[in-house]
Amino acid sequence: MTTAPPSLSSTRPPAAQVGAIAWLRKNLFSNWFSALLTVVLGLLLVRTSLGFLTWATTTAQWAVIPANLPLFFVGRYPVAQYWRIWAIVGILATLSGLSWGILSRNLAKLFDRNILIGFGVAAAIAVLIPAPIPYRILLLALLGLVLASAWIGRLVGQRMPQLGQWLSLGWGLSLLVVWWLIAGGIGLPGVRTNDWGGLMLTMFMSVTSILLCFPLGILLALGRQSKLPVLRWIAIAFIEVIRGVPLITLLFVGAYMVPLFLPGGIRLNQLLLAIISLTLFSAAYLAENVRGGLQSVPRGQAEAANALGLNSVLATILIVLPQALKVSIPTIVGQFISLVQDTTLVGLLGAFEMLGISRSILANPSFIGRYAEVYLFIGAIYWVLCYAMSLGSRRLEKQLNTTH
Amino acid sequence: MTQPQTELMTSSTGTETMIVAENVEKWYDNNFHVLRGVSMTVAKGEVVVVMGPSGSGKSTFIRTFNALESYQKGSITVDGIKISHDLKNIDTIRREVGMVFQQFNLFPHLTVLQNVTLSPIWVRRWPKAKAEEVAMQLLERVGILSQAQKFPGQLSGGQQQRVAIARALAMQPKIMLFDEPTSALDPEMVREVLDVMRTLADSGMTMVCVTHEVGFAREVADRVVLMADGLLVEEGTPDEFFGNPKEDRTKKFLSQILH
Ligand SMILES: Nc1ncnc2c1ncn2[C@@H]1O[C@H](COP(=O)(O)OP(=O)(O)O)[C@@H](O)[C@H]1O
Ligand SMILES: [Mg+2]
Repeated sequence: MTTAPPSLSSTRPPAAQVGAIAWLRKNLFSNWFSALLTVVLGLLLVRTSLGFLTWATTTAQWAVIPANLPLFFVGRYPVAQYWRIWAIVGILATLSGLSWGILSRNLAKLFDRNILIGFGVAAAIAVLIPAPIPYRILLLALLGLVLASAWIGRLVGQRMPQLGQWLSLGWGLSLLVVWWLIAGGIGLPGVRTNDWGGLMLTMFMSVTSILLCFPLGILLALGRQSKLPVLRWIAIAFIEVIRGVPLITLLFVGAYMVPLFLPGGIRLNQLLLAIISLTLFSAAYLAENVRGGLQSVPRGQAEAANALGLNSVLATILIVLPQALKVSIPTIVGQFISLVQDTTLVGLLGAFEMLGISRSILANPSFIGRYAEVYLFIGAIYWVLCYAMSLGSRRLEKQLNTTH
Repeated sequence: MTQPQTELMTSSTGTETMIVAENVEKWYDNNFHVLRGVSMTVAKGEVVVVMGPSGSGKSTFIRTFNALESYQKGSITVDGIKISHDLKNIDTIRREVGMVFQQFNLFPHLTVLQNVTLSPIWVRRWPKAKAEEVAMQLLERVGILSQAQKFPGQLSGGQQQRVAIARALAMQPKIMLFDEPTSALDPEMVREVLDVMRTLADSGMTMVCVTHEVGFAREVADRVVLMADGLLVEEGTPDEFFGNPKEDRTKKFLSQILH
């Protein structure tokens, strides 16, 4: 250190280049045109926001929401069996918390500021929602459960890293348990799929279709690149046919035409048919996303794996596919988000998922004309679901980034 | 059919042969005649350096030794096993032959240690503990031990190439192929990789190296060959090759890389 440290004044840009005023000048008022645009758009924004707020506080009749809360969330699921849904949410909250804790076992701090703010907001919502007191307490308890299991997951994860594998197993098992809790059987009273509904049904259709279309999409993508002509043709034909047909058509075919072709007596469950259609549809698009990822992996990767003695199956599974999937995370999650939104089409066909149940609520004479309130409400729920997915995708990308 | 031939080679030279390539011919899909009858024999423990202008088929040729490239005419025998034209019996051969690439081709999603243990665990079916122990020894040999838990993207080019060498060695191959291992490196990192290769040669490894590092070829190679337009033009000891080349093609090539 022979040179003198630079004087303080020279290490900072002049005051006019920092701070809110400078930001405004640079981004919103850099010339007369952008200034005009800023003013006009600003006025428009203020007008609409004010208009909306006035409507939301004076004209809107929100009573339709609290009055139908159970319908929005679980449809006509029998009240006596609500505890099963709470149990599912509890299981998922625990597993999520544990996973989160284990994934962040190497981070300096588990609960950073943003996360605490997020939980604070969630807790405030849980306290303020117009639901019966016991439900609000249950919601708060669930938030506590997530935080507690995250803390435990991190603590245990630091001591025994193999906990992660057990947790994967736990997630796998939870699928069966969730299925059993929803549908019943083996010691629980059965609940017919016609009585499933609301957010629960939306989630059920989404998660099942996502879990099924993911492996199918990967297989189709690999099939499309296969050296065996028959496999390749089948994959291409499937992908191109499905991608050429609107989902709603596919759903109609599934719901009304497939039963006609089935031998007499066999009646497939409508929900099952809808899930199959959603799965096939998403798998075709997913296959194209994954194919893009596969093409982005340099040829040298598979060659190096082959040179090490790995056969083409192992080279694909261990080397090429993980890198291809990593590149395609954003588009894959985008596809999943579309899938969640596409479940609304099943509602148009008569299922009582969130959109279907909203339509039936609106058909009730006591709530006639409450379109805006109801659709805003479920719109917000869809938004939360989808935004959470894209947040999760960005976290995952960060976690898997190994180049630094 | 291969057996008597191999024995013949062994008895005639008095040393064991590791690679016998005879009149190898290859066409790429677009009917480009890339190898036009190349023959070469590599004895056990021998270090052969392959030189030649870009596009002359050097990579293609050495990649036929571990069946990364197929060929249409001639025969290739590696450690007594004949590589069939249709590459049906490749599994055994690839365990015998390690390869180091110009672009390293490390697996970016795996740590250095996972890169090195991958093949022993999945191909040799070693228990993880044993594979890791051997991997750590290899990483120490190439001077990367402290980086074992990092990802390839966090290492310099020279370090990555040394990891790639350790990864190839982890399969305990009898033959190592190097395809321009230092060409993608910044000049200051060439030496660390060549040093590792030199140590490997001293340990008695059979090596075929495509490289234009004249210093390495002079010091380490037992034999230098020149390839041009899909043919072996000249071969000889480093002294003959660099000091007294016979072919005009070789003289022209040497004048280009030496000045
Ligand atoms: N997959 C391929 N298909 C068609 N031509 C190829 C392919 N790979 C290499 N070639 C051509 O074969 C020739 C020899 O290539 P290569 O063996 O890589 O040469 P070198 O390693 O000596 O530079 C080059 O002209 C190259 O363009
Ligand atoms: Mg080459």
